[in-house]
Amino acid sequence: MKKTLAKICFVLVAAFMLAAPQGAQAKKLSGDLEIFSWWAGDEGPALQALIDIYKQKHPDVNVINATVTGGSGVNARAVLKTRMLGGEPPDSFQVHAGQELIGTWVEADRMEDLTFLFKEQGWMDVFPEGLIKLIGTDKGIWSVPVNVHRSNVLWYVPANLKKWGVDVPKNWEEFIKIAPKLKKEGVVPLALAQNWTANHLWESVALASLGPDNWDALWNGTLRFDSEEGVKAWELFGKVLEYTNPDASSLSWQQATDMVIDGRAAFNVMGDWAAGYMATTKKMEPGKDFGWAASPGTNGEFLFLADSFGLPKGAPHRDNAIAWLKVLGSKEGSDTFNPLKGSISARTDSDLSKYNAYLQSASADFGKDRVVGSLAHGVAANETFMSGFASVMEMFLKTNNAKAAAMACQQLADKAGLGK
Amino acid sequence: MREASLDRLKAFLTLLPSIVLVGVFVYGFIGNTVWISLTDWGGSGSLAVDPQKNYVGLANYAELFTGFLAGGFRQDLVNAVFYSVMLLAGAIGLGMFIAILLDRKPKGEDVLRTIFLYPMSLSFIVSGTIWRWLLAPQGGVNILPTYVGLDPLTFEWTSSTKAVLEFNWQNLFQIMLYVAAFILILVGLWAFRNDPRKALKRWLGPGIVIGAFAWLGGSILPQALFMEETHGFNLATLGIIMATVWQYAGYTMALYLAGFNGISQDLRDAAMLDGASEVAYYRHVAIPMLKPITISAVIILSHISLKMFDIIFAMTGPDNAQTGHPALNMYLTTFRANDFARGAAIAIVLFLVAAMFIVPYLVSQYRQRKRG
Repeated sequence: MKKTLAKICFVLVAAFMLAAPQGAQAKKLSGDLEIFSWWAGDEGPALQALIDIYKQKHPDVNVINATVTGGSGVNARAVLKTRMLGGEPPDSFQVHAGQELIGTWVEADRMEDLTFLFKEQGWMDVFPEGLIKLIGTDKGIWSVPVNVHRSNVLWYVPANLKKWGVDVPKNWEEFIKIAPKLKKEGVVPLALAQNWTANHLWESVALASLGPDNWDALWNGTLRFDSEEGVKAWELFGKVLEYTNPDASSLSWQQATDMVIDGRAAFNVMGDWAAGYMATTKKMEPGKDFGWAASPGTNGEFLFLADSFGLPKGAPHRDNAIAWLKVLGSKEGSDTFNPLKGSISARTDSDLSKYNAYLQSASADFGKDRVVGSLAHGVAANETFMSGFASVMEMFLKTNNAKAAAMACQQLADKAGLGK
Repeated sequence: MREASLDRLKAFLTLLPSIVLVGVFVYGFIGNTVWISLTDWGGSGSLAVDPQKNYVGLANYAELFTGFLAGGFRQDLVNAVFYSVMLLAGAIGLGMFIAILLDRKPKGEDVLRTIFLYPMSLSFIVSGTIWRWLLAPQGGVNILPTYVGLDPLTFEWTSSTKAVLEFNWQNLFQIMLYVAAFILILVGLWAFRNDPRKALKRWLGPGIVIGAFAWLGGSILPQALFMEETHGFNLATLGIIMATVWQYAGYTMALYLAGFNGISQDLRDAAMLDGASEVAYYRHVAIPMLKPITISAVIILSHISLKMFDIIFAMTGPDNAQTGHPALNMYLTTFRANDFARGAAIAIVLFLVAAMFIVPYLVSQYRQRKRG
């Protein structure tokens, strides 16, 4: 009995081994394509839709979808580093556009210049010029952006605000005025979650306090963190923190959003993936069940972050990877992926009818607002700074000392070589 | 004579592969990590095929202990001390207690033994996730009292920002002297019974002198930092300590139970005949006989507490300074911030702390064997 089973297995394997290469050699593109990302879970279907398009175009390529879970790629990035250092790069990997890619991989000379692809596909004209500047250096363009998210959004439930008799604050002074009233009602004025959401809130508060010009100056090294403006931003942040929930560090960002949905909190500052969470997972209608505004004091500014895919040097299946990047940058790919992911397309010619009410409004803002880079999500500063900033934030949450935090940031900026 | 040397050659050849492998993969890499910790490998470009590394001496270590930005590491180090002490006290105390209860051979002893040992078979990630849910601020343990009509607890097991036993890192040297004096005096008092003169000369005298110096001359000692920085026992670590003790108490129980079973019934009967009570039997006969087991439990558990990573990661996430641990910090510094040299320095600090536990044990073992 056992023997027959073994024989059958052997025959099957032999047949498979003989058949496989013949099938693969017939078409132009064949072999494997390994894509590395942190899009599992809620974002999985969006990635799968892209893979389906790719499969249609190149049916003979075996797509290996390597995902490592963990919000914002915390775990995926570490796995990627060990793979790259071990000389085993994936064919293409997800990375936050901006300094996270440039500071880590481009400066290490591990990426291929994609300028040729941008020129060939006519992407120079369809992607906004400011965006191309942020994903490139003077030596080339390093990744293909697939989506654009906005970081500085304030979320609320309109019906609840009416019940409590408060308006959406236009700036943080207004917020600080209405917050005690909310507290009296037993409502947390601003819901906050674990450490990285504090960084996320900080960038919205600091952008409001500094203004977009000073914000940019911080990152190119012309404005010091321990300058008067820098310290002021931390002081304002400290005031805002007084109105957040004390159990923040044990909550995930979804739980903080839930607090707003359940009416336990009035507002939440979170990126616009919260819109995807509320619309898709919680089945709420944008504009009716939940409302949004630019976070206080940042109206007319678009704090952006983008996911992108790059081409590492020494990718084992380079041609397949380039075909993948072409799908990502195409209008078809972009308009299939983004409505599912809950983000807007980086292309200026996207078909807005496919997007929901929130995304249409975000897309309109992206076209006309001042676009600045996010710190918490890898656009503004390299990983040395970002990681150190997380510990500065922890220090600030414990001591609430604005001056010390600003000084620590400046030391960190010197160490990370910001603006060099 | 000839046979003996042939035997030695054979023994050497048999051992050679493991000597080479251990030499390369353990000591070689320890050496390599020491070298990396003395360079400035980090920052942008650190992931290049051939990254730039320049020798900077002990700068990374100096930065870790006295630098402005490394406050997080220092808190982690303090946390690690408390994790170790609490885990040792908790797991050994509870494990020994359960073992004594089971040693009385109650009904269903074998079933209970399995139940208590079972948590050991879970991975830290699993138990960490379970305990995170149990200790959530508005659920699990905190709402237990509501089942009997009481108000829910409000203690934040893993996110409290309160701390007790706080001290100022600026006074590091003074504190270190106090600790040294305390240990010397303790050893002295213990040795006093056997040989009062030696104890006074070797332990008590120096201990009192150092303690007095730290107390009186503390202000003339150099300060480790230019600003005040307090660290202490963070209450947020209680949740993690609870989970770890829960997981390892069963293990120490099994160790002690095996030891108790190994003590012959004759001894027990003899003690009873001499009029020893149950308590006295354990206090004066059984537990002292299990000293080797206690020592190995201490060594194993202290190593576990120095390598704690996954349970903290699962329970409070990577960036939670309240519950941080140097091992977690090392990972984040190396693989997230790309600061390889600093990460290596943290690794070496941890290695030295671990050596503090293991080296005295090895030395005493070696001496015993020589004597025996």
